[in-house]
Amino acid sequence: MSLTLNEEQQLLKDTAREFVQKNAPISHFRELRDLNDDKCYSQDLWKKMADLGWAGILIDEEYGGSNFGMVGLGAVLEETGRNLVPSPLISTALLGASLIQLAGNENQKKDLLPKISEGKLTTALALDEGARHDPLNISTFCVKKEKNLVLEGRKTFVVDGQSANLLIVVARNSEPNNKEESDASRSMYLVDPKKPGVKITKISMVDSRSYCEIIFDKVKVNEEDRLGEQNVVGIIDDVLERAQIGISAEMLGSALEAFDQTIQYLKDRKQFGKPIGSFQALQHRAAHMFSELELTKSSVQGALNAIDENSNDKSRYASLAKFKAGETLNLVSNEAVQMHGGVGVTDEFDIGFFLKRARVAEQIFGSSDYHLDRYAVLSEY
Amino acid sequence: MTNLENFRQETKDWLNENCPPEMRKPGDVSWGGRKARFSHPDQEIWLERMGQKGWTCPTWPKEYGGGGLTKEENKILQEELFAIGARPALASFGIWMLGPALLEFASEEQKLEHIPNIVQGKIWWCQGYSEPGSGSDLASLSTKAVLDGDNYIVNGQKIWTSNANYSDMIFCLVRTGSQEPKHDGISFMLIDMDQPGVDVKPIKLISGKSPFCETFFTDAVVPKSNLIGEENKGWTIAKRLLQHERSMISGMGLSAGGTSKKKISGLAEMAKRYVGVDGQNRLGNPFLRGKVARHDINSRAFSLTLQRMGEEMKSGGPSATASMGKYYGTEQNKLRYEIMLEAMGFNGLGWEGEPFSPEELAVTREWLRSKANSIEGGTSEINLNVISKRVLGLPD
Repeated sequence: MSLTLNEEQQLLKDTAREFVQKNAPISHFRELRDLNDDKCYSQDLWKKMADLGWAGILIDEEYGGSNFGMVGLGAVLEETGRNLVPSPLISTALLGASLIQLAGNENQKKDLLPKISEGKLTTALALDEGARHDPLNISTFCVKKEKNLVLEGRKTFVVDGQSANLLIVVARNSEPNNKEESDASRSMYLVDPKKPGVKITKISMVDSRSYCEIIFDKVKVNEEDRLGEQNVVGIIDDVLERAQIGISAEMLGSALEAFDQTIQYLKDRKQFGKPIGSFQALQHRAAHMFSELELTKSSVQGALNAIDENSNDKSRYASLAKFKAGETLNLVSNEAVQMHGGVGVTDEFDIGFFLKRARVAEQIFGSSDYHLDRYAVLSEY
Repeated sequence: MTNLENFRQETKDWLNENCPPEMRKPGDVSWGGRKARFSHPDQEIWLERMGQKGWTCPTWPKEYGGGGLTKEENKILQEELFAIGARPALASFGIWMLGPALLEFASEEQKLEHIPNIVQGKIWWCQGYSEPGSGSDLASLSTKAVLDGDNYIVNGQKIWTSNANYSDMIFCLVRTGSQEPKHDGISFMLIDMDQPGVDVKPIKLISGKSPFCETFFTDAVVPKSNLIGEENKGWTIAKRLLQHERSMISGMGLSAGGTSKKKISGLAEMAKRYVGVDGQNRLGNPFLRGKVARHDINSRAFSLTLQRMGEEMKSGGPSATASMGKYYGTEQNKLRYEIMLEAMGFNGLGWEGEPFSPEELAVTREWLRSKANSIEGGTSEINLNVISKRVLGLPD
């Protein structure tokens, strides 16, 4: 496997960088934050991103996608991460597109994937139910009652759930209190958020992005709304791994940008008559961060490749990438604030945005501890 | 068949015919030299054949005895060597450090004189850089070389010279000019150790072993033709050679991951042996388990990073980022031994004899040896300085 981008991938990355600098620099995020809009992203921007082929970046060409693979999506996410651009790239272009493409039947694919590619349909994955990512531990269920399938439960910290046109809900196939059936199977249902019984409540988080709680109160669904077979645990795992790697690429971008801004500050800010970057106490910490960032780059690139090449070690790569991205972004976001001194804790400076985004991103799809444990389990200890 | 496929077949055939059976098993590697000693007759045969073929230094130019292989061909050679479990034919500072510097800076005559001997393992080289008063501040060195007719006369002392007691020649930094400014008066020269003016005294380390020596020069004679590059311009060569040294040492951080196909790392396997497992086959001590997993992940990330840097490296050889590899790799290696010791408990702290197994005693000695990893070839702190200034551009 090669850990450097080929010409085509590099071109995509350069395009993404230029596009983001021009259309969505960090001031774009600041404006959205100040608007306090429920969507938390610009629809106009998403349309432009879709026009560049990014909404359908994982989608096969026959469904209107550009099929650039995870390496391509990772290159884009790294650049949007650099400028903290809120967009449905992960919730829709990665999660929604992958789940529908891998689990969906031909009708669903023909209906939904072109709309995603065109930027007309956004999705949200309603999976987690508690304060930590824990995909195995859910109690939302969908069972047949009389003639209908009925969906019941509560999902929380759903990314982009408030703006999505379509929810993808993971549910058990039996009631959780049914002791006889220690049922580990899971199904997914496509649910219109406007359906009776669906109640969505915004959750305001430190990174000013879109999260919500969703209550499904005896929501009626049809067999045709099921995405995939009765048990799609394998597909959910596969797609979560993609998501873990995708968000790692975004986190890498954020860490690189926070680091670059901090190095610039160390060169500009003068105290005791010289740039504070001349002090060894700060130099060594900066050099250590540089080293961790280099390791994170390689981990993320290795993991993106592992998906595209369908490596039999892709599960460990996902945890490798998310762990390194989490640890490094945690380190860099803390050090960035500290090295900026007083201005680092003001709202006027952007550097605090990176800290706030960092901690939320660290939790999404599993914290560093989660992936440390997972890596050990997958390595047979 | 493409050229590369042809090359692979030829390489397979050649190795099949020329790699002796004993050399397809793990074991010690020869350092060559004028008084070369071999632990097995096959070792000598293997060195001789690989040296003649130039495959001890596969990518060096043919005109100096090297293999003349391209990067792609070398990759194939290494894969085929790995496939038959072949030991390296030769270990040498000549290969890892001096040779690349000579190829870049030496005159044609000097290349023809010294490089083939490196390739064939005829000379055991050691490195004369540090002095008792010049460690991290290497450029303050004061071993003096004064020109007298066709020879330099050298006086002074070097320290931490690896294996100087076995070496035939030393590549040395000496002062030929003024002490200030300190970088300007330094020259790079090659000194034959087989002469009355050179004395060597091994230094006993905390591990009980003596891999390093003190080397004393008292009116040692060095022909003028052994000066590499210009007089007083040796610092450039010295720094370049240090980058090669740091890249070489970086590789140590890799041993943890290994090339094994098994999912479990050697470190985790060992920890399991000592502390046992819980009901779900997880390492019994959760704190140790976390440390092992973190170390395994970082080893993997580090090895991917060396691979990526190799791919990104332009033909110019290692750059300032070699300092990153040296820093991270050696810190990782030290940490690995600390984790092993922790897993072994008192069994990891024996000095000699019963009740310790030979493997346990070896780990303990290696743990002590590993402490020098982040000191030799530039301390971790010096390497962080290099990253700060040369890579990040932070001011003085």
